Amino acid sequence: MDLIQINTDDPNSSGKRLELKDVQEKLGAARGPQYWRSLEELANTPEFEEMLHREFPRQASEWVGDDVSRRGFLKLMSASLALAGLSGCTKMPTQAIVPYVRQPEELVPGRPMFYATAATLGAYGLPLLVRSYEGRPTKIEGNPEHPVSRGASDIYSQGLLLQLYDPDRLQSNEYLGQIRSWPSFIGAMQGPMATQKASGGAGLRILTPTISSPTMAAQLRTLQQKFPKMKWHQWEPVNRDGAFQGAQMAFGQPVEARYQLQNADVIVTLDADFLFNGYPGFTMYASDWASRREPAGSKPMSRMYAIESVPTSTGFKADHRISVRPSEVEQYARALATQLGVGAGGNVRSEHQQMLTAIAKELQAHRGTAVVIPGEDQPGVVHALAHAINEAIGAVGSTVVYTDPIAGNWVNESASLKELVSDINAGKVEFLLILGGNPVYTSPVDSDFASILSRVPLKIYQGMYSNETAVACDWVVAGTHFLEEWSDARAANGAVSIVQPLISPLYGGHSAHEILTVLNGQPDVSSYDLVRAFWQTQFHGVDFEAFWRRAVHDGVIAGTEFTPKTVQARRDFGTATPVVQGYELTIRRDPHIYDGRFANNGWLQELPKPLTKLTWDAPAWVSPNTAKKLGIKAGQDADVIQLEHRGRKIDVAVWVQAGQPDDVVTMFFGYGRLRAGQTGTGRGSNAYSMWFSDEPYYAGDLKPTKTGETYLLASTQGYQNIDGQNQIRAATLATYKEDPNFAHSVTEAPKKEETLFPPFEYPTYAWGMTIDMNSCVGCNACMIACQAENNIPVVGKEQTLRGRHMHWIRIDGYYQGDPSNPRMYFQPLPCMQCENAPCELVCPVGATVHSSEGLNDMVYNRCVGTRYCSNNCPYKVRRFNFMLFQDWDTPQYKMMRNPDVSVRSRGVMEKCTYCVQRITQGRIRAEEQDRRVADGEILTACQQACPTSAIVFGDINDPKSRVAQLKKNQRDYGVLEEINTRPRTTYLAAVLNPNPELPETQPEQNL
Amino acid sequence: MSEPRVYGLMAEFETPTDIVVAATRAHDAGYRKMDAYSPFPVKGLSEAVGFHKDAVALVCLIGGVLGLLTAYVLQYWINVIAYPLNVAGRPFHSWPSFIIVTFELTILFGGLAAAVGMLALNGLPMPYHPVFNVPEFTAASRDRFFLCIESADPNFDMNGTKNFLAQLGPRTVTEVPY
Amino acid sequence: MDEKRSAEVESQHVDPRLIGPGHTFGTVTDKISSIVLTTQTPLLWFAVVGIGFALVGALGMAVTYLFYQGVGIWGVNIPIGWGFAIVNFVWWVGIGHAGTLISAILLLLNQAWRNSINRFAEAMTLFAVMCAGMFPVLHLGRPWLAYWLFPYPNTMNYWPQFRSPLVWDVFAVSTYFTISLVYWYIGLVPDLATMRDKAHNVFAKMIYGMLALGWRGSARHWHRYEKAYLLLGGLATPLVLSVHTVVSFDFTIGIVPGWHSTFFPPYFVAGAIYSGFAMVLVLAIPIRSIYNLKDMITDWHLENCAKLMLGTGLIVAYGYVMEAFFAWYGTNSYEKTQFFWRQHGHYAAAYWTLIAINVGFVNVLWIKKVRTKPIILFLVSVVVLIAMWLERFVIVVISLTHDFLVSSWGIYVPTRWDYMTFFGTLGFFFLAFALFIRVLPMISIFEMRDLLPSAHVKADALKEAESQ
Repeated sequence: MDLIQINTDDPNSSGKRLELKDVQEKLGAARGPQYWRSLEELANTPEFEEMLHREFPRQASEWVGDDVSRRGFLKLMSASLALAGLSGCTKMPTQAIVPYVRQPEELVPGRPMFYATAATLGAYGLPLLVRSYEGRPTKIEGNPEHPVSRGASDIYSQGLLLQLYDPDRLQSNEYLGQIRSWPSFIGAMQGPMATQKASGGAGLRILTPTISSPTMAAQLRTLQQKFPKMKWHQWEPVNRDGAFQGAQMAFGQPVEARYQLQNADVIVTLDADFLFNGYPGFTMYASDWASRREPAGSKPMSRMYAIESVPTSTGFKADHRISVRPSEVEQYARALATQLGVGAGGNVRSEHQQMLTAIAKELQAHRGTAVVIPGEDQPGVVHALAHAINEAIGAVGSTVVYTDPIAGNWVNESASLKELVSDINAGKVEFLLILGGNPVYTSPVDSDFASILSRVPLKIYQGMYSNETAVACDWVVAGTHFLEEWSDARAANGAVSIVQPLISPLYGGHSAHEILTVLNGQPDVSSYDLVRAFWQTQFHGVDFEAFWRRAVHDGVIAGTEFTPKTVQARRDFGTATPVVQGYELTIRRDPHIYDGRFANNGWLQELPKPLTKLTWDAPAWVSPNTAKKLGIKAGQDADVIQLEHRGRKIDVAVWVQAGQPDDVVTMFFGYGRLRAGQTGTGRGSNAYSMWFSDEPYYAGDLKPTKTGETYLLASTQGYQNIDGQNQIRAATLATYKEDPNFAHSVTEAPKKEETLFPPFEYPTYAWGMTIDMNSCVGCNACMIACQAENNIPVVGKEQTLRGRHMHWIRIDGYYQGDPSNPRMYFQPLPCMQCENAPCELVCPVGATVHSSEGLNDMVYNRCVGTRYCSNNCPYKVRRFNFMLFQDWDTPQYKMMRNPDVSVRSRGVMEKCTYCVQRITQGRIRAEEQDRRVADGEILTACQQACPTSAIVFGDINDPKSRVAQLKKNQRDYGVLEEINTRPRTTYLAAVLNPNPELPETQPEQNL
Repeated sequence: MSEPRVYGLMAEFETPTDIVVAATRAHDAGYRKMDAYSPFPVKGLSEAVGFHKDAVALVCLIGGVLGLLTAYVLQYWINVIAYPLNVAGRPFHSWPSFIIVTFELTILFGGLAAAVGMLALNGLPMPYHPVFNVPEFTAASRDRFFLCIESADPNFDMNGTKNFLAQLGPRTVTEVPY
Repeated sequence: MDEKRSAEVESQHVDPRLIGPGHTFGTVTDKISSIVLTTQTPLLWFAVVGIGFALVGALGMAVTYLFYQGVGIWGVNIPIGWGFAIVNFVWWVGIGHAGTLISAILLLLNQAWRNSINRFAEAMTLFAVMCAGMFPVLHLGRPWLAYWLFPYPNTMNYWPQFRSPLVWDVFAVSTYFTISLVYWYIGLVPDLATMRDKAHNVFAKMIYGMLALGWRGSARHWHRYEKAYLLLGGLATPLVLSVHTVVSFDFTIGIVPGWHSTFFPPYFVAGAIYSGFAMVLVLAIPIRSIYNLKDMITDWHLENCAKLMLGTGLIVAYGYVMEAFFAWYGTNSYEKTQFFWRQHGHYAAAYWTLIAINVGFVNVLWIKKVRTKPIILFLVSVVVLIAMWLERFVIVVISLTHDFLVSSWGIYVPTRWDYMTFFGTLGFFFLAFALFIRVLPMISIFEMRDLLPSAHVKADALKEAESQ
């Protein structure tokens, strides 16, 4: 695929800061029209943006820094004045295009091709289907063939596309900072390997993230045979040690629980955030869960109780939520177990007694159709208790099954890392190979990994970034992105997907497999051969070629999913861990940045976090009461507190989070990176520096003190309390049963015939959308999918602060009720495609008009940018390019963009189009075959990504289409329908299923 | 009668009354090709020199009507015939929205017609005119009033007219050369 | 008969409120034209020009950087798509209104006192409208495409969207400017003739001569001239009322709570005239003392302006009361929320300041002493101008900060570029005005002549003439 070889020396990769004099030099040098181009190019380099934004944006962020000399400024001014008249300002430079020399088979230029592959996150495979235009991956979707993804995806798999093209990726192998070739690396390995061979690998250590790839596991096993004394360690900060220990405690063997929520009438979570990205099998669980949340469904609506120590979207989607300290969860688990006849002690706060009894009662009542889910952030004992309870309520076999772990070699990773550390300290380690991950940054602070690494004579790092670990190593091998390598991965149900590359390594990287082949002394074996060879060994049929092709094509290897094991839970839970007194610290993975690996990913950084709607930062959370106690104010202009824990101090901004338990401070991993790249470096504070290996889940002995400093947080939603507005409509199941029409009791859209105008007809298609607020879990997958599909730019924190974020679909989050334990509602808002669109009426140039299919079209080329349409949009779903937000120059990003969507330039309005490019493709396909577009044939990007199928799009002219059916549903209502905008996007009102026996504050019917 | 070598004879007066009286007398005396000049519009002066009707109002009206038609026809044509578009679900022929522009163009065309029409009817701009050859005439834009009987008038007779003007009690009487 | 005697004669009948004693056609002419034709210029003039020029420089900088970076350098965002630019636009257009009102409406009403102030009031209108006109162009995302708002045949056969108030604006404001310019120029022609005849400098003579179009004061010309002048006045009258009505449509046609309201047009027009007269006074009071024109722009003129200010100001005040009443009495919860936010929210200070001034403070104009003390009147006018700017800020910006969905409420923080642009236009305005009074007669000479009693033809003399 020569055609995707691209120029890698791109201007942005140099981290140097651009000063005005450089600008002037360029200005001075340039003449005539190409001068403007150079200006524009300048304007795009982040250095330049940074220079312009150096002063803080609440005042003029756009003021060229005050350190700039007056003359220099004037020079810039006069120079640009000379060209202010040029109307060609935003013309793109003309560029030569290159035709194929050898036409690849099957490839029709301009028509996308889809390939099945898989990414991995915490060892769990995310089965994917990737769209490629002329050999350039441009969009990642879930693999519909795969039972785990079912066509849906999560924010990480979407964000991985941006990572592929990240110009900050390692672009060469290095030895002590010197660029080295791959062969020279191979050469350099021979000596050390020989010495290790002699000692049987006594000094050889390999540190990897959790590995689920059967091929890699096999490689490591063979290596182990070669070097009997070698040790393979695994470390990820976001690991499943709790589950591992729980399994050991309960069953004495490493089995993993897999839940079957489609069978669950009652769900109880113990700090488990299974409805959010990153939870193993999130897409599968979310869709199973949603399948039981339909109030008028064939099966009864399920009821969910959440016992959690940090607010999560799972907790807020639950019908009842108990907010307790992290260290208290065990007590509650024990108490629950005790009530269910599994003696384990445990004491519960008085105010929760009644609730807990009710939960126990329900679990009893629903033998075999109830389940208890323990959380990743809880110690083994909680998992063990959950296993025992599940067994006691007959859940095993119906709502939960136990299978082998997906990890090739499941270990207690904390222990594994400890062992490595002690070996290094003991000087036993001579040769350390680190495959991926970033242990220097992500290891607990007491292991002091950064400094002890220097005791290892030879340390090799293979990874995609020159991160904290890379700089601490001697050899750095540029790694590959999953779209550049052959491998395989197990998904949450154990089914294996072949990871196939869609593009040759952009920067000539090498995968972990290739490094291991080198160590195995077979450097000429390509990873393709490796993976293929491994599966040949696994295959016992006749026609391997067919099997292989099928496996690669489908993206899932038939029959590899795990089968349930029968296990017997032991009921010895030791003595209860005492609950932490005073302030308690717990550190969780960041909702979007995960353990820090996505810190340099602009899409994920700018994605508003589900509960806070904050971007670019992860402040520590405290409860409203705690805030009062510490004298901390809520809001974006956040106070900074100093946390002191075991002699370590850290300053961190605080966010007052409704639903947070009192006296608990929650920090998030992933920020305070020292070497992440232009986007991620130096944002926020590093929670790892407060994380000790002996208290992985929670810690006491915490002293928060207010520093008096403040820190600005960029939120995309300033106000989250609903006062007297009615865009959210919700009721309890009971209310719904007696008045299914409750959603229409407040306001009603004016009747269609009540108009002076003859209404417009939409004879062919009439596109419409419904969004089910019952099943929306606020996971943000739709937002980032939209960003990827529609070439939506990232604007940065400063611009977000000014309210200029560009997301075409946003998820509004609204809190209701008691701040210490509120309800929360998620409402995704794309363009409503109003039939009487207020925006259209006021556009002076007719840049936004209605299509014959009822779409509210936006004509970028015609837009002059009055912003009147946005003012007049009651939903505020329009987005404006206040400056040149789009990066026109970085060649990598040019490859990434969707060629079917025009890249907007400065000064034009943009907005959701219902993915008109997809509609058009679908219509053309249909017309080619002389038929109407079939229902479900066209999926909008948001709809496709949604794990719970909350978003349904289709032709409302076709009475049989799902969307038409749903619009007939009595829960269906239009936001602001009373002002007669006639939105094409409507919502299905939320219905909650609280336990009628509990005196729960019923949700108001309309908020 | 021989070719007159002068444009006419000009008498200078000091007050509006004098000039009106003089003009009236001259008109009664049968002079027609004459004109009076004043630093500001003097009531009745134009009537005195025998000028009663003007077409400015008519021109203005025509302009206004033209503007009205232009605007409405243009909008109708654009929105209904040339490029009909569904905008905010409004009818193609959204006449209430078209009123404003129609009104504005009516005013614009009417106003321009009135102004340009007035100048045109006055024969302005006129870079050269014989009356400026009289040195005293600069005062016509300050505080003096002039009556000029043109040689083109059939009753014009150098001496006769001179005497006639002299008896109107002017400050001076001068010949206006070409 | 020499100047002295005629002066004595005339001074007996002069109306002292309109024009000081002792004036003849000649003295009026000389006094006004000498301001332009003199060689010595008052120092204050240079000061104004200097400051104005500096501010225009700042404007140039701001605009250049704007074109280079985009409107993002301003405080605008989503949801507040319109910021200072539109506030200033509305404010400037409003100021323009007084000029046309004086020259047109007072002409129709046959108000003799307009004659001494209409010329520079019209000039003020022109410059104000120029300032206003800049903003709609500058605030565009792609200002170089501003001409797309005009209907012109193009290869795409695409046209403006005539349902949009912005298109109405384009037509209203451009018509307003054109008509005002023509009206002003037509009024100038006879005076240009005067300047032509009085100028000594050949160059000046030539230019004035060209501009005067060869005007020679013929009776026939005067006849048509007066007719055309009257017609223009008649057309300008509905025009001036329409312009700010159309500007108010920018908001009333929108559905934003705080914009979508039926009483905006009269309320906007009144506000416009209100601020316009304030500006007239701000200009007239210093000018008449610097050039000592107290005998032509008399205290009575100022007082009349003050009275008009008071009248229109009270209409505006009524508007505020109605606004509050509708919000309170109406059933629209969004309107209520919006209004509560105005009074108690982030920008409450702005709201209460303008209420204090336009509802309370303006009433000082009831007191004759205030109306007749130029210095006090000057200060009052300045305060009023500020208040009216705040009013536009409240309407345009604050309404946008809190519209329908709570989730998309926002805050607007102007940047220094916003301020530079605004003060830049102020500089442009005063610079242009200073240049105007330096090169053109700032008072209509021929209309001043017309005010003198001696301008009236003595009926008895006429009788006698006819009888013969």
